[in-house]
Amino acid sequence: MSESVQTFDGAKLNAILSRFVGKPGALIPILQQTQDEYGYLPREAVRRIARGLRMPEAQVYGVATFYAQFHLKPRGRHIIRVCLGTACHVRGAEMIFSRITSALDLNGGGTTEDLAFTVEKVACLGCCGLAPMMMIDDETYGRLTPKSAMEIVNGYLGETLARAS
Amino acid sequence: MAKRRILLCAGSGCVSSGAWKVKEELLRKLDERGLTEKFEVVASGCHGFCEQGPLLIIYPKETLYCRVEPDDVSEIVEEHLIGDRVVERLFYKDPETGERIADHAKINFYAKQERIVLKNCGVIDPESIAEYVDRGGYDGLRKAVSMDRVAVIEAVKQSGLRGRGGAGFPTGLKWDFTYKADSEKKYIVCNADEGDPGAFMDRSVLEGDPHAVLEGMLVAGYAVGADEGYIYVRAEYPLAVKRLRIAIEQAEEQGYLGSDIFDSGFSFHVSVKEGAGAFVCGEETALLASIMGKRGMPSPRPPFPATSGLWGKPTCLNNVETFANVPFILREGWEKYAAIGTEGSKGTKIFALTGKVNNTGLVEVPMGNTIRKVVYEIGGGVKDDREFKAVQIGGPSGGCIPNSLIDTPIDYDSLVEAGAMMGSGGMVVVDDETCMVDLARYFLEFVQSESCGKCPPCRVGTRKMLECLKRICDGEGEADDIDWLINVGESIKSYSLCGLGQTAPNPALTTIRYFRDEYEAHIKDRTCPAGACQALIDYVIVAEKCKGCGLCIKACPVEAISGEKKTVHTIDYDLCIKCGACMEVCKLDAVIRGKPAAQKEEAA
Ligand SMILES: Cc1cc2nc3c(=O)[nH]c(=O)nc-3n(C[C@H](O)[C@H](O)[C@H](O)COP(=O)(O)O)c2cc1C
Ligand code: FES
Repeated sequence: MSESVQTFDGAKLNAILSRFVGKPGALIPILQQTQDEYGYLPREAVRRIARGLRMPEAQVYGVATFYAQFHLKPRGRHIIRVCLGTACHVRGAEMIFSRITSALDLNGGGTTEDLAFTVEKVACLGCCGLAPMMMIDDETYGRLTPKSAMEIVNGYLGETLARAS
Repeated sequence: MAKRRILLCAGSGCVSSGAWKVKEELLRKLDERGLTEKFEVVASGCHGFCEQGPLLIIYPKETLYCRVEPDDVSEIVEEHLIGDRVVERLFYKDPETGERIADHAKINFYAKQERIVLKNCGVIDPESIAEYVDRGGYDGLRKAVSMDRVAVIEAVKQSGLRGRGGAGFPTGLKWDFTYKADSEKKYIVCNADEGDPGAFMDRSVLEGDPHAVLEGMLVAGYAVGADEGYIYVRAEYPLAVKRLRIAIEQAEEQGYLGSDIFDSGFSFHVSVKEGAGAFVCGEETALLASIMGKRGMPSPRPPFPATSGLWGKPTCLNNVETFANVPFILREGWEKYAAIGTEGSKGTKIFALTGKVNNTGLVEVPMGNTIRKVVYEIGGGVKDDREFKAVQIGGPSGGCIPNSLIDTPIDYDSLVEAGAMMGSGGMVVVDDETCMVDLARYFLEFVQSESCGKCPPCRVGTRKMLECLKRICDGEGEADDIDWLINVGESIKSYSLCGLGQTAPNPALTTIRYFRDEYEAHIKDRTCPAGACQALIDYVIVAEKCKGCGLCIKACPVEAISGEKKTVHTIDYDLCIKCGACMEVCKLDAVIRGKPAAQKEEAA
C-alpha cells in the first residue's frame, strides 16, 4: 500500500468524527464530509471511520461503494460531469461525452493520468430546459454542441498546461 | 419611498445561462448611476421559463426581458429605468406570430398555466420569510393547529390530493394510517430525491419557495402527531439544500418551527439529509434505510412506513410537491382545491417540459388538461417545426405516448391506461429524429445501472433486456426479440421487489406497443428510421450540395475525408469514427446521416 498510514493526516478526520459522536445515522454524512476534506475516501480514512463508529470495515465499504457520490481513488483537479439525463440524451448528449472523452484519451470516462481531469456521466443536472448540459467543477454550461463543449474544455486544458510548464 | 423591484431569476437554469454576471453588472450600473436607493435587485427562484433565461422582470408593470446578457444591462438601465422607454428587442418573441410581448402574463407559456404550487416561485425572494408570510404564508398552518387533528386529515382527504411522487396514493389516507398507528414517537419525511433524469420540479419548488414545503410538513406533523421531520435531498442539488437551511433557520427564529408553535402545544423540528447519489433511494423504504446510514436498499412492504418506518417508528413520507400543495388546501379550503382537476385527480400538476419543444421549462396545469395543450399551447410546439412523434412521461418508470394519443387527458388513471404513468412529472418531447428503440435502450441502461441488486428479477432481468435492446440498436436483432422482450418485461414487472423493477420495463413495453414498426425496421431491414443509431447509419456527403470548401476535411479528427478544393469530398468509411464533426461544420447541409455506405453498395 503506497498510500501509507504515516502520510495520512488524520487531524481533519478526527474533527469530523468528533462532531457526530453518538448521533444515529451518521455514517453517510461522515463519509460526505471526509470526501469533501480529502477529495476522495482514502483507505486509511475508511479504516478509522469504521473504528470510530464501532462497525465492521466491510459495512463502511458496503455503504461507500453503494452510492455513486463516493470515490475510493484520487480524482482529477477538474471534474467534468456530462449530463446524460433524458432531456440531454434526446438533444445529443452522447456526442458531447464521446467528443470530450476521446479528446482526453479517456474512453468511457475516468481520470486522466496526470490527475488533471475526471470525466463522468451524470443523470440530470436539473437544468433540462437548457439541454444538453455539462458541469465543470461548480460551473454549469448549457445549450452545448460538441464544438462549444470542446472549446470550454480547452479553456481548462490551457490553464492546466500553463500550470505544468 | 418603497424601492422599485427588479426581479432576477436565479434558478439553476438561469444561473447556468449567466444570471450572476447579469446581477453583478446590474448592481454596478445602478451604483454608477446613483440608483441604489431607488431600486432593489431581488434574486428569485426558478421562474419556469428556462429556455429564455437569464430572465429579468421589472416592476411595477412586470416587464419581462429575456436572454439578458451583461452587455444589455446598460441599455436597460439607461432606457427603461431612467428614460422610461422599454427595450423592445429583449422582449419575448412569439414563435408563431413573431410579435414581441412585454407583459409576461400575456405570453402563452404563462397565460395558459394555472399556478397554485408555483404561485410564489420566481416571484418572491426565497431567502426571505417575510415575503412568504406577506403572501399568506403559514396561514394554513395557523388554521390547522386551531382545528382538531382528525378534521385536518379529513380536509386533506376531501380535497382529493394524491401523492405527486409517482404512485398517486391518496395523501389524506396515508396521513390517517400514520395518525392511527399507536406510538409516542412519529416522523414526517419529505422525499426530495427527485431521481427521474429529466425532471426538475421538486428542485424548483425547493429553491423557489422552500417555506411552502416546510409548512406542508408542519401541517402533516400536527395532523399525524409527529414532532420530528427529515428532508432527504438529492446530492446534486446544493442550492436547494442551502435555501432549505436558511428557511429552517428563519422559521425557527419566527416561531413557526420549534416548540409550542402558535401556543398550541404542538412542537416540530426539521433536519436536512443529503442523499449520496443513488436513484433507488427515491423509493420510500430505501430512502428510510439511507437516512439511517445504511445502503439504500428497498425492503418488502408491509410493513408500510406508516406503521414501521424510521427507526421502526410510524413515518409519514410524502413528495416535495405533495407537501407544497397542502398550505393551499388549508388556507383556501378543500372545496376550492377539489374544484380543480378531474373526478379522480384533483388539483394541478407541475411538469418539467423538455426535449424537442420550443418553450422548455416548468409548467403547472390543472389535472385533466391534454398533452396537446401542454405541448402546443404552452410549449409552443415542436422545435424547428419538426414532426411531433411522442412524449415520454414519467421517466424511467413511465412510457411514451404517441402522436395518435395526443388528446389524452393528463391524469393518473388515463396515463396508466395509455401504458405510461404520472411518475414525477418529467415530460420529454421527442420528434422524428429520436429513435424509439434507442430511447428504450437509454432508459433500460439507466435502470439497469441503478438496480440495487437485491432481487434477481430486476438485477438479472433488466440486464438481459438491455443486452437485447443493444443488439437491436447495433443491427444484430433477431426475429423473435420483440416477443421475448415483452415476455421478460412482463415477468420483471410481476416479480420484482420494489417499484424500480416493477416499472423498469415500461419504456421498452410502451415503445413496442406504439412503435413496433421501428423495432421491426431495425431487426428486419437493419435500418434506423430516425437515423439515430450509430451502427445503422453513415455520414454521407451529398454530391449535389458539396462545393468542396474543405471545412469538413479540417474538422475530421481522423483524416477520413479527402478531396481537392472545389471538388466533391469523399469519406473513407474504413477510417470514419462517426463522430459527426463534418456534419456540424458543413454550412451547406451537404453532410447527412444516411444508410450505411456498405449496404448501399450491396444494393446497387
Ligand atoms: C425507484 C423509485 C424511485 C422513486 N423516486 C422518487 C423520487 O425521486 N421522489 C419521490 O417523491 N418519490 C419517488 N418514488 C416514490 C416513493 O417511493 C413514494 O411513493 C413517494 O415519495 C410517496 O410520496 P407521495 O405519496 O407524496 O407521492 C420512487 C419510487 C421508486 C420505486
Ligand atoms: S437531463 Fe440534462 S440537465 Fe436534466
